[in-house]
Amino acid sequence: MNRTYELMFIVRPDMPEEEQDKLISTLETAVTTSGGQMKNVERMGKRHLAYSVRRFRDGIYILLTVEGSGGLIHELERRLRVTEPVIKFLTVRIDEEQKRLDKIKAIRDARRKVSATPAAAPTAAEQAGEAPAATA
Amino acid sequence: MADETRTSTATAPSPGGDRPSGGDRPFSGDRSDRGGERRPPRPGGRGEGGPGGRKFFRRKKVCKFCVEKIEAINYKDVRLLAQFVAESGKIVPRRLTGVCTPHQRRLSSAIKQARNIALLPFAGRAS
Repeated sequence: MNRTYELMFIVRPDMPEEEQDKLISTLETAVTTSGGQMKNVERMGKRHLAYSVRRFRDGIYILLTVEGSGGLIHELERRLRVTEPVIKFLTVRIDEEQKRLDKIKAIRDARRKVSATPAAAPTAAEQAGEAPAATA
Repeated sequence: MADETRTSTATAPSPGGDRPSGGDRPFSGDRSDRGGERRPPRPGGRGEGGPGGRKFFRRKKVCKFCVEKIEAINYKDVRLLAQFVAESGKIVPRRLTGVCTPHQRRLSSAIKQARNIALLPFAGRAS
């Protein structure tokens, strides 16, 4: 029962790049050992925080896309909590939302195809009369 | 016309006085009429003389997400979310923005997630 999650966390702004890499790689090994998969790593860079967190005004945002079970997420969150430079994190499950979006997209594409090729099935004269008007 | 002058003189000495529940509706109608006199009607104005007998112009509000077909309301999209957050950091209510109920529901949860990860403020401006 694998689910897709987005794990966004903020590390303190003075954290060097190598240490971020180290942190990400340790998280990745934790993911792979428990049968999950790290799909994507995105560094969103340094951003201004909307409010001060642990007296920091800025933070480096890192976004991970992880596929795995709930237990894995629990473990990752525990790790983030005990890691000193991580000042905030948020996990969001995205697979159901993605499924919903895909469904909507499929419906829209199907509709577009129908409207784009009206000559494919012009059975009634009314439809045939409508088709050039729609394309024009 | 006579009604209007009467109500304006009546309201001037005691604003916020006794307001009978029955007289509330024509009251507000008159006041918005006066507002209409001060400002020219908006160009996109419609709905003159609605079902409630109100005689002011109101632009028909439409849901931004339905019109522009934005389905993904994501907590990372700060620019989009910031349009629906007041200066004070509050979520702007549906009756002001015109967002439909399903989209407002997604929007509010996205804003709350964004607040949690310090992309949007809980209170005050995000400078």
